[in-house]
Amino acid sequence: MDLYEYQARDLFEKHGVPVLAGIVAQTPEEAKAAAEKIGGVTVVKAQVKVGGRGKAGGVKVAKTADEAYEHAKAILGMDIKGHTVHQVMIAQGADIAEEYYFSVLLDRANRTYLAMCSVEGGMEIEQLAEERPEALAKVPVSALTGIDAETAQKIVDEAGFPEELKSEVAAVIQKLWGVFDKEDATLVEVNPLVKTGDGKILALDGKVSLDDNAGFRQEGHAALVDERTEDPLEAKAKENDLNYVKLDGQVGVIGNGAGLVMSTLDVVAYAGENHGGVKPANFLDIGGGANAEVMANGLDVILGDEQVKSVFVNVFGGITSCDAVANGIVKALEILGDTATKPLVVRLDGNNVEEGRRILDEANHPLVTLAATMDEGADKAAELAHAAN
Amino acid sequence: MSIYLNKDSKVIVQGITGGEGTKHTRLMLKAGTNIVGGVNARKAGTTVSHEDKDGNAVELPVFGSVKEAMEKTGADVSVAFVPPAFAKDAAIEAIEAEIPLLVVITEGIPVQDSAEFFALSQSKTGEDGKPKTRIIGPNCPGIITPGEALAGITPATITGSGPIGLVSKSGTLTYQMMFELNDFGFSTAIGIGGDPVIGTTHIDALEAFEADPDTKAIVMIGEIGGDAEERAAEFIKANVTKPVVGYVAGFTAPEGKTMGHAGAIVSGSSGTAQAKKEALEAAGVKVGKTPSETAELMREIMKGLA
Repeated sequence: MDLYEYQARDLFEKHGVPVLAGIVAQTPEEAKAAAEKIGGVTVVKAQVKVGGRGKAGGVKVAKTADEAYEHAKAILGMDIKGHTVHQVMIAQGADIAEEYYFSVLLDRANRTYLAMCSVEGGMEIEQLAEERPEALAKVPVSALTGIDAETAQKIVDEAGFPEELKSEVAAVIQKLWGVFDKEDATLVEVNPLVKTGDGKILALDGKVSLDDNAGFRQEGHAALVDERTEDPLEAKAKENDLNYVKLDGQVGVIGNGAGLVMSTLDVVAYAGENHGGVKPANFLDIGGGANAEVMANGLDVILGDEQVKSVFVNVFGGITSCDAVANGIVKALEILGDTATKPLVVRLDGNNVEEGRRILDEANHPLVTLAATMDEGADKAAELAHAAN
Repeated sequence: MSIYLNKDSKVIVQGITGGEGTKHTRLMLKAGTNIVGGVNARKAGTTVSHEDKDGNAVELPVFGSVKEAMEKTGADVSVAFVPPAFAKDAAIEAIEAEIPLLVVITEGIPVQDSAEFFALSQSKTGEDGKPKTRIIGPNCPGIITPGEALAGITPATITGSGPIGLVSKSGTLTYQMMFELNDFGFSTAIGIGGDPVIGTTHIDALEAFEADPDTKAIVMIGEIGGDAEERAAEFIKANVTKPVVGYVAGFTAPEGKTMGHAGAIVSGSSGTAQAKKEALEAAGVKVGKTPSETAELMREIMKGLA
């Protein structure tokens, strides 16, 4: 889960990283009150999880609280690269002398963490890495020790900070490691990290990504989810513990196992090329279980998608046997009753497949068609979706 | 022959008394695995009842720690069926005990935990400079050497022993591929898992299959996210002489959406299925568009080898 800037700021503050005052506002009135509370010059910043908001007009300096009101009025509701601005952060104005860059992230390729730091901050890091790679220090961080004092020293040395700043920057970097470590983050980025006119080091803007797998030990993280930006079908699926991603097509897909479902989406898309360009409508992995209730919940979510014209159920019976899956489908259709209206193409293979097919044949449900292979099932489902379009 | 696991492997199960542990201990025994016991500190000293592959009753001892289990049984493989919150401690215990092979099946482990126990395993090296413990997973179906042993949850009934080696990030795609090619059979099939940090990589498995005389050809299955497939392609080009057929899942996956596996995400221009396919093809790997087409490509290769 990626956080908003204001959420990152709050986490920074919680872990002792020096930040400026910042208050989130959802209306111009709240923005004005926040600016009054902070006092002096403030900056009104659109809260969206996409870069380039400054260029899009989503960041404005306000000299007075009334100006903050006007800026908030203009920015709230704005569309920035397809993201609607629902909130702004009113941030205390900063007296910036220098801008730096720091991040620590999960480095998949090396299966450890990587810290990146530069005394040339402010610009997009991808641009810096490409144009002036020598200006970006990259220091591997051990997952056993984290950023200890020695590693922090190495980072500020390699980044080339002036001697008189090194100890203070290193201290801030260790606090930022605290955010990464204690919050189960996969990315903590500060851009810019600044030196103010009076020589203080501050984290002015931050990006944080949190590990969804750590939810069980991070009680505060659930509250950071912004339900406004969540797809309603995805939210419904999440309530039922289903692994669902909404896509933009006409063929609903249910399968077991992430890899097989991803593969099914591809096979449906290829088949769609011969059937009016229909595409997969979603990713839905029902996992190993595939009992009637899980199947019913899954079908319920998919059939709630108005774009869906047909559904392809693609299950390989591994540990779960195909007869259990077939019974699940039959019972799911009973549970759903009249709400199930779209044709279902079912492909079963693997453990106890004959019995599974027999159960579906016997049930002889008018909506269900059996397919012998994955490719044939995808083709049939695409054809049905095209015909219904 | 096989890689990493064979009929002589002595296997223990961490979490042998839990629901998943019980179920899969039964299935692993049925597949012929030589399971010599299990670990659960709270139930140390007890036994669990199962049947071996011939239906004979066996009583498996439950030990207090991996170390004790290894001392008493000579176990050299551990399979961990432990909930995510306890998986790190279980893995660390196995690594500290210097078990040669640790298979972590658990799904949903926080990535910082995996990074930590992986780093620990890398820090404990033997005289050859290699880590004493090889980790497979986490979030994986484990490893099967058909007809000999199963350390994980792969259905043992899909295929028998044969000349094809298989390495895959995905469990069900592994099963699908084993099923499509079950007339040939497999030397070893290994599911390395779909998490961002995993122990054994595509490259490790490719290297082992290349060295295994009974593996004649290799199927490699990848998916979106990271750059493991691209790196594997480079490795194949430089080091693998056996024919390799590839498949990559996730061509239609949109950017920024995690597709089930925590590691399956396209970020910007990196991690796309197209880039992985191109890298593999540039290394001389034949890449199928669908699992069936991939199986067909392997079929042709096997005909050529016959």
